[in-house]
Amino acid sequence: MSITVYVPCDSSAVSLGANRVADAIAQEAQKRGIEINVVRNGSRGMYWLEPMVEVATDKGRVAYGAVKTSDVASLFDADFLNGGVHALNLGLTEEIPYLKKQQRLTFARVGITDPVSVEDYVAHDGYRGLKNALSYSQADIVKHVTDSGLRGRGGAAFPTGIKWNTVLNTPSEQKYIICNADEGDSGTFSDRMIMEGDPLVLIEGMTIAGIAVGATQGYIYLRIEYPHALEILNAAIANAYAANYLGENIQGSSKTFHLEVRQGAGAYVCGEETALMESLEGKRGLVRFKPPLPAISGLFGKPTVVNNVISLASVPVILDKGGEFYRDFGMGRSRGTLPLQLAGNLKHAGLVELAFGATLREVLYDFGGGSATGKPIRAVQVGGPLGSYLPESQFDTPLDYEAFAAIWAVLGHGGIVAFDETVDLAQMAKYSMEFCVEESCGKCTPCRIGSTRGYEVMDEIVAKRDLDKNIPLLRSLCDTMLNGSLCAMGGMTPYPVLSALNHFPEDFQGR
Amino acid sequence: MTKITIIETVQNIVADLKDKPGALLPILHTVQNTLGYVPPESVPTIAKALNLSRAEVHGVISFYHYFRDTPAGKHTVRVCRAESCLAMDGKALESHVKTKLGIDYHETTADGKFSLEAVYCLGNCACSPAIQIDNDVYGRVTAESFNEILTEQSA
Repeated sequence: MSITVYVPCDSSAVSLGANRVADAIAQEAQKRGIEINVVRNGSRGMYWLEPMVEVATDKGRVAYGAVKTSDVASLFDADFLNGGVHALNLGLTEEIPYLKKQQRLTFARVGITDPVSVEDYVAHDGYRGLKNALSYSQADIVKHVTDSGLRGRGGAAFPTGIKWNTVLNTPSEQKYIICNADEGDSGTFSDRMIMEGDPLVLIEGMTIAGIAVGATQGYIYLRIEYPHALEILNAAIANAYAANYLGENIQGSSKTFHLEVRQGAGAYVCGEETALMESLEGKRGLVRFKPPLPAISGLFGKPTVVNNVISLASVPVILDKGGEFYRDFGMGRSRGTLPLQLAGNLKHAGLVELAFGATLREVLYDFGGGSATGKPIRAVQVGGPLGSYLPESQFDTPLDYEAFAAIWAVLGHGGIVAFDETVDLAQMAKYSMEFCVEESCGKCTPCRIGSTRGYEVMDEIVAKRDLDKNIPLLRSLCDTMLNGSLCAMGGMTPYPVLSALNHFPEDFQGR
Repeated sequence: MTKITIIETVQNIVADLKDKPGALLPILHTVQNTLGYVPPESVPTIAKALNLSRAEVHGVISFYHYFRDTPAGKHTVRVCRAESCLAMDGKALESHVKTKLGIDYHETTADGKFSLEAVYCLGNCACSPAIQIDNDVYGRVTAESFNEILTEQSA
């Protein structure tokens, strides 16, 4: 029997050379006349160890990392195919503390299975949620999701069950399920990891959503920056169709659900759900007024569920194990788990899925290992480019939607970007305004004009000119943007700007 | 490609895709994937097939950063300008890339080999700073490793 070797196909692992390592392993095995089976899995999310190669042994999978092509021959010499001793040997993958300390529900299979294999997916508890869903009434499926306490993981944290219930109860001949895969926030990559590492869990979640609300067509709106995810999603969708998990009469149930991936074109604002729908309709990605809610009049004017990748990918485990199982994780009104993404200047950047409630400090130091540069962490931006900067004094805040809201910060999509002491927060505030200038859709004045004026004022402030005049002007401008913008683009750009100003005033002062 | 064949190519793409719901973006993507850009002379053909005005089609092309109406270089280099990369000295990498290629954003080198574009996040934030060349993403890029990548791509 041939030995199975796992080398991630995840694009971050590939960005560090995983394809070359996979090729080198296959060639070396051939040269030595050893029969091996190389599986391209998702990443376990320990990116400082990527490319991380795993070998299936009797005791479990043994990991080696970070592997360079120049290490491959010595790995064979050390009999790594039987878990042999080598400087890069990390022991059993499951025993690596970073992984062992996590509570992986949504990411349970990522890194374990062949992402596009339906057979592998089913062998690892896949499609159990759909099986249950097919035996429930539509209202009962929605009830499980409501009971689970799942809130939108894209950032807005709106209760998913309530959204689904509205669509279920809005009569229409055609309804849609949209997966918002326009993961544009800096410091976030959990959507990408699911789409590249376990796309079938997303497909299953969308299928369940379709059956629950009576929608027969789904779209995954995928950002253009993710070409690898596109390939893997399309392969997984084709395999799901072939295995009758998509299409008509799914598993003999008489239910129909079709799914297609559509690509965005580099507009950040299309991650806002109404701009996303405009884009899917073939228009400029301009934000719509609400109401009407997308759940009542969404894509092409039909009732539409718009959910983030992680929200939808969390649905299968909820339907498999029940809403109560999921709800038992977490704290307060933040139920279940959140896949956190540790990014920026951290020693151990990667994916950490935990129940809500751990503190930011635990995540930054116990998992992240402190800064990559070894200097003190001075500021952390949580929740993407529209999230606040947190100073060290706020690191004990628990990761919980309400706890973050209470300190005028956002947990958002769970992206955590750390900066060491070399960061200049005035420059970062200026950058936030510049980003808003680049990405504003232009529909509302506070965002379109406000960002340009904001950039100009920040330019003055960074040059330490007329601070007595310019800082109050910046605050006034932010107030207008906060209260007058149509969506979060202009409405939340003040979060990073004002949090930088409030927590790090020294960076804004004259020298 | 001559003007006639551009129009023919676009006509074929439009004929294939025009009946999809919300067909405009899939059409523009396919045109750009095939021709490398969305030629201005293709706009009337696309507009007519979708029953839109030329202004509407032009408006969509110009709204999205990704679509371009001039040919790109052989390879497109995208440098991430977002926060995670900034936290890992992405600014220094950005200036190195600009100096090395001798061009600014939205420009193409004189030999037509490389175009340079900015990108806001490649989802490679655990391996910052990151760049993308065509479809390939590179992580933890340094000035030295960028030079090596460039040499590989130029070969």
